[in-house]
This record gives sequence, C-alpha cells and structure tokens, in this order.
Amino acid sequence: MCGIVGLFAKSPQIEQRLGGHLEAMLVQMSSRGPDSAGVAVYRDPAPTGSSKLTLYSADPAERWGAVRDGLCDAFAVCAEPAVRASHAVFVVDADASDAEGWVRANRPDLRVMSAGRVIEIYKETGLPEEFARAFALSDFQGTHALGHTRMATESRVTTEGSHPFSTGYDLCLVHNGSLSNHNRLRESLRREGIEFQTENDTEVAAGYLAWRLREGASLEQALEGCLEDLDGFYTFAVGTADGFAVLRDPIACKPAVLAETDDWVAMSSEWRAIAVLPGAADARAWEPEPGVVYAWEKAFV
Amino acid sequence: MAVAEREHAAVEVVDLATTSLRELNQRLHDLVRTPGPSHWRIVNPSGGHAVACGLDAEIEVDIDGHVGYYCAGMNKLATVRVHGNASTGIAENLMSGRVEVDGNVSQSAGATGRGGLLVVHGNASSRCGISMKGIDIVVGGSVGHMSAFMAQTGCLVVCGDAGEALGDSIYEARLYVRGSVASLGADCVEKEMGDEHVAQVRELLDAAGIEAEAGEFRRYGSARQLYNFKIDNVGAY
Repeated sequence: MCGIVGLFAKSPQIEQRLGGHLEAMLVQMSSRGPDSAGVAVYRDPAPTGSSKLTLYSADPAERWGAVRDGLCDAFAVCAEPAVRASHAVFVVDADASDAEGWVRANRPDLRVMSAGRVIEIYKETGLPEEFARAFALSDFQGTHALGHTRMATESRVTTEGSHPFSTGYDLCLVHNGSLSNHNRLRESLRREGIEFQTENDTEVAAGYLAWRLREGASLEQALEGCLEDLDGFYTFAVGTADGFAVLRDPIACKPAVLAETDDWVAMSSEWRAIAVLPGAADARAWEPEPGVVYAWEKAFV
Repeated sequence: MAVAEREHAAVEVVDLATTSLRELNQRLHDLVRTPGPSHWRIVNPSGGHAVACGLDAEIEVDIDGHVGYYCAGMNKLATVRVHGNASTGIAENLMSGRVEVDGNVSQSAGATGRGGLLVVHGNASSRCGISMKGIDIVVGGSVGHMSAFMAQTGCLVVCGDAGEALGDSIYEARLYVRGSVASLGADCVEKEMGDEHVAQVRELLDAAGIEAEAGEFRRYGSARQLYNFKIDNVGAY
C-alpha cells in the first residue's frame, strides 16, 4: 500500500501554515502506511553560494556541535544546526557537492538525507502521528512539501528505507507501488556511477531519475523515461526546488487524486488527505490520467 | 404543514464529522429488521471509505460531499446518491436499487455488480464495470481503460468516449458508446445497432435521467471466439 501526499502553496496563508496542513494530510494516510513516515519540505533557501544539508544520525546522543565544528573548519560556516529528533539541518558556505563530500569523507556514519539549497528531508520509522510530533512538523513554513506513509513490502522497515528518497540536489521522490525490475536496474545504474544505500526499490527509481537528469534530461523527460524503463506499479510524486510533479504508471492500479483551489494544489493517494485542507469542499478535484506527467512550478523562482 | 416541510422533517441527518462510520452503517443495517427513517442525508463524508455499504432496505440516502472506497457496495433495494465524487469501487457488487453520482468516479465503478442501476453524471476512470454480472451502468461522461473487462451480463452505456481495451475478454454484456473507443480488447467487436438496441439505450438513458440521442450510440460485444477450446490452437498450450 503506502500513502502519498503533496501540497503546493499558492498563497502566503498556506505557506505560513504549510507544516500544519502537511501533518493533517499525513495523519489521514496512517492506515495506508503505519510503518514509517517522511516528508520533504521546501523552505528557507540558503543564501546564494551556500547550500543546505539534512543529516541523519542513528545515535540518539549525536553531538551535532562537533559536526558543525568540522564543517566550520572545512568551510566558512558557523551557524548552529537546526536539530529535529534524529535529524539536523546545516547551512554550509559551500556548494552542495563539496559539503556532501565532506560528510561522506569525514563522517561516513551520518546519512545525508538531502542536499541542495531549499530542500529538507525528515523520515523515521513509526506511525505518522508520532513522526509529526517528534519532528514538530506543524512548525514548518514553506512553499511546498511532499510526504509519505509507508507500508513496507520490498525491503525492511528502517529509517533509511523510508521515503522520501533524495534524487539529486533539491530533488526527492515518494512512491506508492512496487517495482519488479529494480535489482537489474540498480546494477546498470551502479555502472553509471549512481550510488545506492539500501535494497529498496524506490531508491532505484530515485537513482534512475538522478541519472537521467545528470545526462541532461528535463524532469519531464526523466519521468517519461520511467514509463519505458521501469517495470511495476507506481504513483510517483517528485519534489523540485520550485514545484512538484506527479506520474502514474500506464496500468494505474495505484491511486492518486489531485485538487486545486486559488490557495493550493494538492495531491494524495486518497481524498481523505485532501479533505482536511481549507476550502477542499469547493476545490476542483480530478484523477490524474495514467502515464501522464503533471507538474506545478513556482512562478517566481 | 406544507409538503416540502414534511419531507424535510422526515430526513434523518447524520454528520460523519461527529458520528462514526461504523455507527452510521450499523443504523442503516438495522433497518433490515426494524423500520426507521426512509430518507437519510449524510454530511461531511470527507472521503471516508465504505459509506452506506451493505444496505438492504428500500430507503433513500443522499450523501453531501466526496466519498472514498466502496461507497454503496453490495447495495440492495436502496437508492444512494452521492453529491460529489466517489473513489474506487463505487457500487461494487450492486445487487439491486440505484446508485447515482453527481461528479466523477475512480476505478472499478460497479465492479461485479449483479443488478440495479449505477448512474455516473461525470466521468468514470479505468476498469468501469469490470466483471459486471447484470448491473446496468450509465456514464454521462467518458470511461477509462479496461472498462467492462470480463463483463458477463448487463449494459454499460457511455455517453462520452471509452479508453483502451474496452470489453477485453467480454462475455455477454452489452456495451454502448456514443463517442470514440481508443481500442477494443481481446474478443470484443463492434456489433450492429438494431431497433431493439436503440430502444434499450433510450430506456436506460431515461432511467438515468441523462439526455442523449439513443441513435448516436454504437454497440460492442463479444465475438465469442474465446468461449471454446479450438483444436487448431492445441499447439499454443
């Protein structure tokens, strides 16, 4: 099963309460995915020339100050990290690849959940409600966000196996479904230099998008490539720095519903998650067509 | 008391924001043994699943808003109207009575239905009428891919277009489509539209309360080539 939610703010009121709305949507999808939950929130862009990393530590007593000191020595960064439960967000005065490279080289025990200028990814095992509370989701302001509730089928219930998966700088993927050719595809992507950290099928889809984008495809082209190269069932939601995109496989067994008002665009596995948004009763709602890429972007980015 | 007021007074209103779905459905099921209100109005369904499922009484149920999965599933006798959209499996296994949706419906609408009438004023997505077994379905808009897959009997009337693989592996259901058909599924062929078929479409449109010209529909059904084992095909097994 699994549940997907996405919310794209079109008004300042929604931006200010993005986290609260996201939490309400995520909790509605608990019955579709009680094993773990995660979100990607697009907020507080790092200054030009800087980048933002979300790091995860399996150690509850992680000394994030020491990580900050290391980053300060390597780059000109001295801002305190924003710590939420097992995750911490660092703004680093370096480009994302250098900052991520430093973490991989110096703190291989930490997991880079996301890297970019605006994205922050948080994910953890447990019920969506517990996750939302532990990470104080309702505090978040931001322009748009994706969320996922997982019912594990393909691989173990771990923090690493939770969604969203980062697919590149400021990019992430959430998935409802299962892929059947992920083992073969993972091997061919590894030969292209794409790294994988789990045995999870969705990470392969994320890696596939990262590879296509690296080779020069647009997001739309990369998603259309999924229709050719991925075998299995999927509803995907992909987050970008300035918007999000939705794609269902051509058979379209996995559900999805989209809705739009003057204040927001929302997607979810089920209407229940959209019904909690303000003005939902009067929203224009429709089911995305199979095999068609839907995308929304912020006009000003 | 004016007629309108008397009717209003007789309506039993249930708010799903304050009443649990289980309590609502139990109250509706109790009508099988204990007579009660004949007209119900359900508000704030908020996409909840299995709203007004398994009814077996001659009552009318109006639902204000969008419903989730399997609304009015297994319905007998009752008339259920959804004033909104419906998700997967609306009127699944309908036995008799009538289910009517003002908006659009998701996949597998009327799946395995054995009788009664399902009316969708908007569009239906994929697999509408899958394995239908006697239900009649009238769709004011279009239907998605794999509609009437393995449809056994009953009629599917589509005022708009049909998606790919219409009527794949169909048995004896009758499919009437006014618009275009993206493709026909295995063993589904276009058939002649006789006077009896025009009359049947007209009757179903009238029952559904949808205005369309019955003469503009085309009929599709089984070529009956998948029915029997053919000795010529023995090498394929």
